[in-house]
Amino acid sequence: MIEMIKVNKSFGAFRALKDVSLAVGRGEKVVVCGPSGSGKSTLIRLVNRLERHESGRVIVDGIELDDDPRRIDLVRREVGMVFQSFNLFPHLTVLENLTLAPLWVKKVPRKEAEETARHFLERVRIPEQAAKYPAQLSGGQQQRVAIARALCMRPKLMLFDEPTSALDPEMIKEVLDVMVELAREGMTMVVVTHEMGFARTVADRVAFMDGGEVIEAAPPAEFFGAPQSERAKLFLSQILGH
Amino acid sequence: MRWLNTLVTVSLLFLLWKAMVPLIDWAFLDAVWRPDSKACRAAQGACWGFIAEKHRFILFGTYPYEQHWRPATATLLLIALWIFSSLRISWRWWLAIIWFLGLSMIGILMWGGAFGLPYVENERWGGLILTLLLATFGLALAFPLSILLALGRRSDMPVIRGLCVGYIELIRGVPLISLLFMASVMLPLFLPSGVSIDKLLRAQLALILFAAAYLAEVVRGGLQAIPQGQYDAAHALALPFWRRTFLVILPQALRIAVPPLVNTFIGFFKDTSLVLIIGLFDLLSTVKVSLNEPAWTGFGVEAYIFASLAYFAFCAAMSAYSRGLERR
Repeated sequence: MIEMIKVNKSFGAFRALKDVSLAVGRGEKVVVCGPSGSGKSTLIRLVNRLERHESGRVIVDGIELDDDPRRIDLVRREVGMVFQSFNLFPHLTVLENLTLAPLWVKKVPRKEAEETARHFLERVRIPEQAAKYPAQLSGGQQQRVAIARALCMRPKLMLFDEPTSALDPEMIKEVLDVMVELAREGMTMVVVTHEMGFARTVADRVAFMDGGEVIEAAPPAEFFGAPQSERAKLFLSQILGH
Repeated sequence: MRWLNTLVTVSLLFLLWKAMVPLIDWAFLDAVWRPDSKACRAAQGACWGFIAEKHRFILFGTYPYEQHWRPATATLLLIALWIFSSLRISWRWWLAIIWFLGLSMIGILMWGGAFGLPYVENERWGGLILTLLLATFGLALAFPLSILLALGRRSDMPVIRGLCVGYIELIRGVPLISLLFMASVMLPLFLPSGVSIDKLLRAQLALILFAAAYLAEVVRGGLQAIPQGQYDAAHALALPFWRRTFLVILPQALRIAVPPLVNTFIGFFKDTSLVLIIGLFDLLSTVKVSLNEPAWTGFGVEAYIFASLAYFAFCAAMSAYSRGLERR
């Protein structure tokens, strides 16, 4: 589904990614973790070309990403993304947020788009909020709307960029529950998160990043049970220790 | 500190009283209301008779006297269009059709030559309707242009960005008066012989180009306030450039920019009065010209108070409306 081969990316003099290679199969769930500044967000933002890689190859569902806008567009139509800060459109209602892209990108008829939107609002368990504006919702509700918004485009692959990091602790579970459910239905997912409980239950593989490199990638039992690298051991002791 | 507050309040009230009494005497008690210039010169107070005598010329300029109902109707129609457009319920696609019909009617009224109305060339248009038309077309055309300029200035394409930056900085760097002079004096020199553009149209073009440069920077300010996350989300949903811009970015950016936009609108409305230097008879020019008549020279204060009140009425309406918009 995703294939990254020796990808490099710098921001000015800072090398965010160094020769990173990672493959994600269809239906696979990969959790990406690591200390802040390790390149996790940059890595998943390459997948739908929110960041442009400098060298190496990024291939998503058989489409190689380069400067060709048509291919970028094709990939973005297949890839849904959920952000740390939700990034809902504040001037639109929840329903309008959900129907915007289906109406204007996929040219779905309005009635059908609204049906789809209500279906996914049901799925994320907030059907009653359709007419509200994002600012009227709690953080957890906003993030669930953001997940529903991405699902309305019927993506083949979902990217989550620290979806629970901006949430109050009591709201984290409601968002993770939705994500777990999505995983059970077979969605291909790449999730940047520090929620190790989520990684244990859902992930097929955990990729540990540090300093712009994927240090190791292993099934959660192996990764949590017997991390290979010193850096992974240190990281795990820090986040699991408290 | 309470005694200090009291002292300040009392002294301000006293000063106000000292200023208001002579003003009221001048404006009302000693004023002459009859259109009689001899009585005016004899009296101590204001000469509102001047306004009574000249208001038709001030409001309608050199438009044929017996046809004054036409610009009067056109003025009311234009004001009605503005009021109608300010209501939220009329923000629909058909508003464009209403404006098209309304402006067509104003055109027919002002030019005539149809429906039994005698033809009046636009050299003879003047007064309030000219000010309103210059401001309306100026803003209506400058605003979309300014959005394109603001987007262009933020474009990734160096040529487009360079052109937009060059345009905005060039126009902002010269006074409006020099643009108007260029439009009225120099532009005809560059046109091929036989081609001539109407003086009113040239002034209107200069005003549009000028307003667009200023508005573009205001719009850009709004655009810069939109967080990167909004662009990320729009990109991630595969929204192409124009849809992303018109459905996601601009609605938010323009809302943020309402106060400075209205500020620029109000400034522009008053700037239209500069067309007097190229010989167009807008509201301020007609005031100036009406003071040239020997019988009425020297009553400039009254005349300019009248014009100021007219400008104030429109600008106050705009700013009141913008305050209403911000509250929502």
